[in-house]
Amino acid sequence: MNTASTNTPPQSPAKSPVPGGKKRRIGPMERREARLAYSLLLPTFVIVLGIVLFPLIANFWISAKPVTLGDLRAPRIIASERLRGHLEKAGDEAKIEYRLRNSSQTADIKNVTLTDTLPAGLSLAKADSHCRVEDRKISCQLGDWKGGARERLSIGVKADQSYIDNPVRPRVSEPVLSGTADNILTNSEFTFDNFINVFNSREFWSVFWVTIAYTVFGTGGALVLGLFAAQLLNKKFAGRSILRGLFLFPYVAPVIAVAFTWLILLDPFSGTFNAMLQKMNIAQEGINFFGSRSVPVTFFGITFEFPLALATVIAFEAWRYFPLSFLFILARMQSISSDMYEAAEVDGATPLQQFWHISLPQLIGILSTLFLLRFIWTFNKFDDIFLLTGGAAGTRTLTVDVYEQGFALSNLGAGAAVAVVIFFMLLIFAVVYFRFVHREDS
Amino acid sequence: MLRSPKLRTNGLYLAAFMGAIIAMLGFSFAAPFTEPFTSAPVGQAIAIAIIAGAVTLANRACLEDIESGMLTRYKIDVVIVRVLRGFGFVFFTVIVVLPFYVMLMTSLKSQQSLFQNPLDLSVDLSQGSASLFNSYVELFTKFHFGRFLLISTIVSVCTVIITLAFSIPGAYAVARLRFPGQSVLSKSVLLIYLVPMIVLVIPLYSVFSQVGLRNSILGLLIVYPATTVPVALYMLQGYFRGLPVELEEAGLMDGLGRLGVIWKITLPLALPALASVSLYVFMIAWNEFLFAFMFLDDPNIFTLSRGVVSLNSSEVPRQHLMAGAVVATIPILVIFLWFERFLVQGLTSGSVKG
Repeated sequence: MNTASTNTPPQSPAKSPVPGGKKRRIGPMERREARLAYSLLLPTFVIVLGIVLFPLIANFWISAKPVTLGDLRAPRIIASERLRGHLEKAGDEAKIEYRLRNSSQTADIKNVTLTDTLPAGLSLAKADSHCRVEDRKISCQLGDWKGGARERLSIGVKADQSYIDNPVRPRVSEPVLSGTADNILTNSEFTFDNFINVFNSREFWSVFWVTIAYTVFGTGGALVLGLFAAQLLNKKFAGRSILRGLFLFPYVAPVIAVAFTWLILLDPFSGTFNAMLQKMNIAQEGINFFGSRSVPVTFFGITFEFPLALATVIAFEAWRYFPLSFLFILARMQSISSDMYEAAEVDGATPLQQFWHISLPQLIGILSTLFLLRFIWTFNKFDDIFLLTGGAAGTRTLTVDVYEQGFALSNLGAGAAVAVVIFFMLLIFAVVYFRFVHREDS
Repeated sequence: MLRSPKLRTNGLYLAAFMGAIIAMLGFSFAAPFTEPFTSAPVGQAIAIAIIAGAVTLANRACLEDIESGMLTRYKIDVVIVRVLRGFGFVFFTVIVVLPFYVMLMTSLKSQQSLFQNPLDLSVDLSQGSASLFNSYVELFTKFHFGRFLLISTIVSVCTVIITLAFSIPGAYAVARLRFPGQSVLSKSVLLIYLVPMIVLVIPLYSVFSQVGLRNSILGLLIVYPATTVPVALYMLQGYFRGLPVELEEAGLMDGLGRLGVIWKITLPLALPALASVSLYVFMIAWNEFLFAFMFLDDPNIFTLSRGVVSLNSSEVPRQHLMAGAVVATIPILVIFLWFERFLVQGLTSGSVKG
């Protein structure tokens, strides 16, 4: 980057009018400018490519592989070494024994070798047929090992006087083992089982609908709350800036802190909220807000099942993210000129009519942008539900399902398959976003 | 009953106040808190007075200037809006303040008092600071929260530094230099931050495990900036575009190189934007949970988020958990209140990430 900058002549103009013609020759100056731009962008490219784009593609790869969490630890040979026999005087013989096993029960290891150093003061008596000892270096060629294979190697040694005087334990020098194992992530074994499992499981469609419900109602709730809060703070009054800061707290605070607070607040046995409900005779006993898949609710004599845990999680989502929509809506409201309201006032429009016919049409642009962007982000949300319910009681969304499949059931391939599903749904949302909103925005 | 607003004297409001008390007692059969009056009579009396007073004042505020009798539609709307506003202020203040208050209060209590009366929201200040802050002392002595705090700070500050170092040159290039692909780039930056972290977790977990970066701070310091650089770049390039080009051109004339221009002219002018971006990135890194949870197994390198999650077990009393939550929350809230202007700026231009 430094060389690029010193090469740039000082008189190079920052902007020059772009010629209208489509085919234009790129002069040396512009080429240099482009080269500088690319070198300035290089670090960003590298990190985004490595940490965002590469994993996105890798997901497709992993989703077509039978990988489990255990496969990530590469199989290796585990060795324990000990001296068998007693060496009491010079000339006594004993054996150095290596017990070896393949750490993996299933994966093979090829070309296993063992190297070690013969402890000082011991000389070779009889080597194992696989091993050669040269210059006190033991090296053994052990061939290919199947998963779960075990073997013992022993090397006969004879004690010299120096060993008896100053015994060294053979473990002082650790045996070094090497071998090549197939890496499940890079070999050419593919399967469609992950996708078949994901789409065939009875849960998938319920997870899908829970995700949609969570996203739609969570986003909607946050928007409505934000709109309401923005209305409150639109007029100037003493303490407005304090309240504005206060209203942002739920968003600024760490998710772990607020999620655990909600858990404790709504605890069925010792939560304040439940105690209050019982005191007010609304509930007879503690309600398990985060643990009840559905509770029967009777409304005008009609009983239906209400998904309580899902509703509570949605309430949390709306509570935590209303500050963002509040902030944006407030900013937009402040930019609506007061002339319109004054004119409407003169014409006798009531406050609610003013809101309905002036404010809302002005806000509809920001509201729809917010809805789409928040929709995507709520769809992507993992932390909140994971911390509140862990996906239990009918609150498992697709993102939580990635964790559930990949880590709780330790089937990384299946988790990646769910991630691929998420990716395609997001692609659709992104297209919608750029079609409808981005154009309108700019 | 046809009293005009001017005739509403204080005496009338006093009568309304008494009326509210009588109504409350009447409807609840003289036990408004579902407890007989013999338990805590003074407290109950004060509570009744407060409620009745609030009702009276609320009525007064809502019905001010509104005459009795048939109302025009306009006046009805005015009353509705006043009622909604009053309700809104109370509602939002309660839903925002209550959880944070409960968090703080729970952290200052003992296990028994928590289970004895969940409705008791008071903090017993008379018990002395030693037992009051017992949970915090235990967190910092037994649960290594001092270390977590330090690690979280280091990780967040490093993330900010790395993010700025990567995004400032990039943002400048996108905002000021002309090169093929410029417009595509400034749009696709937005796309990148629509990518959910959970989709990246499995590949990153697999690769980082095999490379040995997983259970390390270095791993976090690679992942965090990658998620924040696109946002920072997007925010900064917007700001850079707004700066006057003439100043930079003057700098170029006077013999500065491009990097010299960025360092000596653009950056000093963009300080407010840099503050916004830094605070926003700091907040993201401080609050980050997913990767800290997935990557870190070793309690010696836990960040605060990860440390608080490790408190969520049946063996750790819940006031410790809440104290951990408070420890994680206070730094970010203090920073937020201190630099509110910048952070709000960051939130709005950082758009709707979260």
